[in-house]
Amino acid sequence: MSKLDSKIPEGPLADKWTKHKNDINLVNPANKRLIDVIIVGTGLAGGSAAATLAELGYNVKAFCFQDSPRRAHSIAAQGGINAAKNYQGDGDSTYRLFYDTVKGGDYRSREANVYRLAEVSTNIIDQCVAQGVPFAREYGGLLDNRSFGGVLVSRTFYAKGQTGQQLLLGAYAAMNRQIGRGKIKMYTRHEMLDVVIVDGKARGIIARNLVTGEIERHSAHAVVLGTGGYGNAFYLSTYAMGSNVTAAWKAHKRGAFFANPCYTQIHPTCIPVSGDHQSKLTLMSESLRNDGRIWVPKHKKDVEAIRNGSLKPTDLAEEDRDYYLERRYPAFGNLVPRDVASRAAKERCDAGYGVNQTGEAVYLDFASAIERYGKEQAFVKGLNVEDKAVVTKLGKEVVENKYGNLFQMYEKIVDQNPYETPMMIYPAVHYTMGGLWVDYNLMTNVPGLYAIGEANFSDHGANRLGASALMQGLADGYFVLPYTIGDYLADDIRTGPIPTDSKEFDDAEEKVKGDIDKLINNEGTKSVDHFHKRLGKIMWNKCGMARNEKDLKEAIKEIAELREEFYKDVFVPGTENEYNEELAKAGRVADFLELGELFAKDALEREESAGGHFRDEYQTETGEAMRRKEFQYVSAWEYKGQPSEAVHHKETLEYENIEVKERSYK
Amino acid sequence: MMNLTLKIWRQKDANDKGKIVDYPISNISPDMSFLEMLDVLNQELIEKGEQPVAFDHDCREGICGTCSLYINGRAHGPETKITACQLHMRSFKDGDTIYIEPWRAKAFPVIKDLIVDRTSFDRIQQAGGFISVNTSGNTQDANAIPIEKENADKAFDAATCIGCGACVASCKNSSAMLFVSAKVSQFALLPQGQVEATDRVLNMVKQMDDEGFGNCTNTGACEVECPKGISLENIARMNREYLAASFKG
Repeated sequence: MSKLDSKIPEGPLADKWTKHKNDINLVNPANKRLIDVIIVGTGLAGGSAAATLAELGYNVKAFCFQDSPRRAHSIAAQGGINAAKNYQGDGDSTYRLFYDTVKGGDYRSREANVYRLAEVSTNIIDQCVAQGVPFAREYGGLLDNRSFGGVLVSRTFYAKGQTGQQLLLGAYAAMNRQIGRGKIKMYTRHEMLDVVIVDGKARGIIARNLVTGEIERHSAHAVVLGTGGYGNAFYLSTYAMGSNVTAAWKAHKRGAFFANPCYTQIHPTCIPVSGDHQSKLTLMSESLRNDGRIWVPKHKKDVEAIRNGSLKPTDLAEEDRDYYLERRYPAFGNLVPRDVASRAAKERCDAGYGVNQTGEAVYLDFASAIERYGKEQAFVKGLNVEDKAVVTKLGKEVVENKYGNLFQMYEKIVDQNPYETPMMIYPAVHYTMGGLWVDYNLMTNVPGLYAIGEANFSDHGANRLGASALMQGLADGYFVLPYTIGDYLADDIRTGPIPTDSKEFDDAEEKVKGDIDKLINNEGTKSVDHFHKRLGKIMWNKCGMARNEKDLKEAIKEIAELREEFYKDVFVPGTENEYNEELAKAGRVADFLELGELFAKDALEREESAGGHFRDEYQTETGEAMRRKEFQYVSAWEYKGQPSEAVHHKETLEYENIEVKERSYK
Repeated sequence: MMNLTLKIWRQKDANDKGKIVDYPISNISPDMSFLEMLDVLNQELIEKGEQPVAFDHDCREGICGTCSLYINGRAHGPETKITACQLHMRSFKDGDTIYIEPWRAKAFPVIKDLIVDRTSFDRIQQAGGFISVNTSGNTQDANAIPIEKENADKAFDAATCIGCGACVASCKNSSAMLFVSAKVSQFALLPQGQVEATDRVLNMVKQMDDEGFGNCTNTGACEVECPKGISLENIARMNREYLAASFKG
């Protein structure tokens, strides 16, 4: 048998999940009380899983590095959550959401998982409304929807530009109810530093209390990682400062395969970099592309004039603007998927049409939306639709109502008013489709070790569609894992509590303490950030929006050298027995320095372009991504001591219910 | 570029007495965020072999609620409706002296330097900040109960609280009324929240009092400093809910 058994149930696609739920083992309610589950990470996936497993009766221990589960970075998701409710009657269905997601992922995701995701999507909305999540509504009191990239229907539910916040607070509330009942024991300001494997099964973790520095042992019958993505390997990204790969990477080092590390989403609409001091990048929601039009000047002389300040973008005539997405992709226009929009922005900027000082920005313009909405409102109110002042005022009100918080965020950062002048935007690292390899049950190849949400790899292929991260996180946590984990735990009803005084726990703790000792006692001269920034530059320049063989080979070499230098020369102030953010950061950067190399190795191996992975060598005549049939597989890497020695396993992807064809948005 | 004098609260741990320490800093760009300015200071301190200033931060885009700096006597600094991470140095001028302190409240003990323990907020939420609905996938259809847009929007506005604690830090009584009322209001405005309304407000208010937060004397400082503009109307609504619940209870 292949090392990678995806355990996809037999039967027709639409029946697989129902049949699987009927076939798997259950744990009776009295026995659930005898079973402990550890959940690391309390974002949408971890938080919803913790709440649901506790409701079912399991004893849950949940861990997060933040000071409260409410602060996980799911909170920053802006635009919305997809669900195939078809409330708009515009032809949506489970199949269509499935189809859009597989196509959007450039035919690199697992059919059965994606279909299940589409299937449970509607349950999520019902559940969240029942929890009191205040989604946007229409005047008739029913739920409102909007459109996102890569689809031709309106299936995105939203709460202004704070959808992630509202959904996370829903999951947080559900957790709080269980914390209050004593069914979840919550460990905040704790960081997982290793998984403990006993007799081949994941049976616990080693965690560090970030306030006291104490190293703790925690045991359970299963361990679930909902620890998010690894985009901070690029240093600059839209991730939170604390987002890291450490939990997933430690699991990888204990045997869990890491799948498709090179699949990274570079989001087209972020606020451009302003200088060397920059610590993070800020996203401007994809929902803005419902109403914003993206353009650069048609002529180089206008680009020059705009850069030197002698021409205002608002003064440039319509015919001198290049709405390049509308030009290249008339069918989807400004709502092409993220990978396509990002590459198109890079293409224009590389050709010299970038509109800011560094030449790395394009415009996102709301003037036509303001006019369109303004005229609509003026008509409804019986006012003069030709009165420009009235129309603009009313239009701005509509736009403010839809995107007010995003416009305010932009203005605070850039010091320009986007109601008056177009926003400047540029692509930035936003999400990682790659992650720990999991089977249909969301279990890694290590028995009892699960990965959910962004931490796993399964649903988005090589490119994630907008508003699908929230959907996947909550689908995994509320509706998938709580079923599938029971099948595994059914064998553990007589096991009893897992002791923490075993040799396996001793060894893992010793290893963790050794790693910390090494970092804190290193007599280096340079800060952790120094190395992190250098890693980020290598990643962005050589493993970013476009990759090629030469760059990737250099990246592999440079990252390995940087890692060596890090261990020789990093300086970590303070001690291990106190609150020490530099120490926590040092451990995380050490892991990014290993992951980064595997990332480049994976990108080098994948000699095709697919979704967010674009190889210069593999493109069509018109510059579109060129997929290759022989790469229709998942790459899953097995750890062997060094990233360079990682062993490559393949899971072939089969499409029985969807025709694999050229992905066109024209 | 600006040169500034920072006066920062340093406190080794919860037991330390703590004091203000002066740090001159130069070459600060107006385009930096306030936290990026602190990053620059910390890099300088690390290079000198000194302990960097500990402060809480994470998303750096104003939504996670982690950052919690009291800047020149105001929660999140001189601008309104933003968090400290959204504050940019263009709000200051060359030569300024800037005081940076942690939130001060009995219910928010200092952990280190500018970091405080806000788990009291979590415990208030655990006492009743939820609707008791299990995950089943079989709740009724999301559109089964239409909700008047005005109420849905008000519930949303209340629900945008990020739990940062600026309201408590700004209040002379260290009251958590704005924070608690935001959650009580969100559910009071939605049909789904009605069933448990009585217990919710009583339990959350009791926990708030047990945690050692002060009373509300209606000065309105919390509303002014709230980065999300949570309205005082929520406190009025919670008081009505509490009164009604007390008669029932």
